[in-house]
Amino acid sequence: MLVLSIDRSIIDAIVAHARRDHPDEACGVVAGPVGSDTPTRHIPMDNAARSMTFYEFDSMEHLRVWREMDDRDEEPVVIYHSHTATEAYPSRTDVSFAGEPGAHYLLVSTREPDSEEIRSFRIVDGVVAEEPVQVVEAGVDPHAVQSYMFGQSPATVDYECSGR
Amino acid sequence: MAIEVRIPTILRSYTGGAKVVDGSGDTLADLLTDLDSRHSGLRGRLITETGTLHRFVNVYVNDEDVRFLGALDAKLSDGDSVTILPAVAGGAFGFAAAAAISSHSAAAAAISSHSAAAAVSSRGTAVAAR
Repeated sequence: MLVLSIDRSIIDAIVAHARRDHPDEACGVVAGPVGSDTPTRHIPMDNAARSMTFYEFDSMEHLRVWREMDDRDEEPVVIYHSHTATEAYPSRTDVSFAGEPGAHYLLVSTREPDSEEIRSFRIVDGVVAEEPVQVVEAGVDPHAVQSYMFGQSPATVDYECSGR
Repeated sequence: MAIEVRIPTILRSYTGGAKVVDGSGDTLADLLTDLDSRHSGLRGRLITETGTLHRFVNVYVNDEDVRFLGALDAKLSDGDSVTILPAVAGGAFGFAAAAAISSHSAAAAAISSHSAAAAVSSRGTAVAAR
């Protein structure tokens, strides 16, 4: 079954990045060991477009980060970006340009000031398939997870719980 | 002369799954023609119908983006390493330009043969922001 399983601390870092760059779109990668389907290393990227409606990795940073992943036997497990005024669902632009068929495309909407919508998709050959996001609470029982199914907004989640 | 070419996941269907292939050529254009002779269809995923490098693919010679080296005219030498990466881009932007882009086969539009005015203008923004 398709599911994105991701650590709470990484989700928190992605949300913080999206909030920081709001109202511009934020973008980045979470790398993980090749074949593991486990995102472990959060890499916030510059949005070279610096736009409220468009994002693009800076081409030189892209090369550097992809090489680094290669050297570490990692791959881009998650590619994320924010929508700052619309829902967390892939736009036609997102679908057209999705070039990593193995990645989970995570979208965060920051249109609401005090809650985030976080959703994940596979985008392969132009077909969008939403998948649940399973947030793993580190440092607690590793089997204790909270699932967000199909667009349910995690608005009720208390982000203070991560210990920061 | 051998030039090492790194192929991204989405294009490995053209290389029998190979992550790295060898090619030859004095320029990037020559190299892509050479590669296409053994990996048919690859060139068409990188070059538009008007014969320019597709805007939504990044090609690097060693550590340089070829857009700053003359694009398809970029000079190559024996031992160079060429890396192809699909640009990572997207966003909520949804006016006419997005429609123009997505009216083409969404399957591989990221690096398919059509570009769009909005995409080009956004490239301008990106370059200006460097």
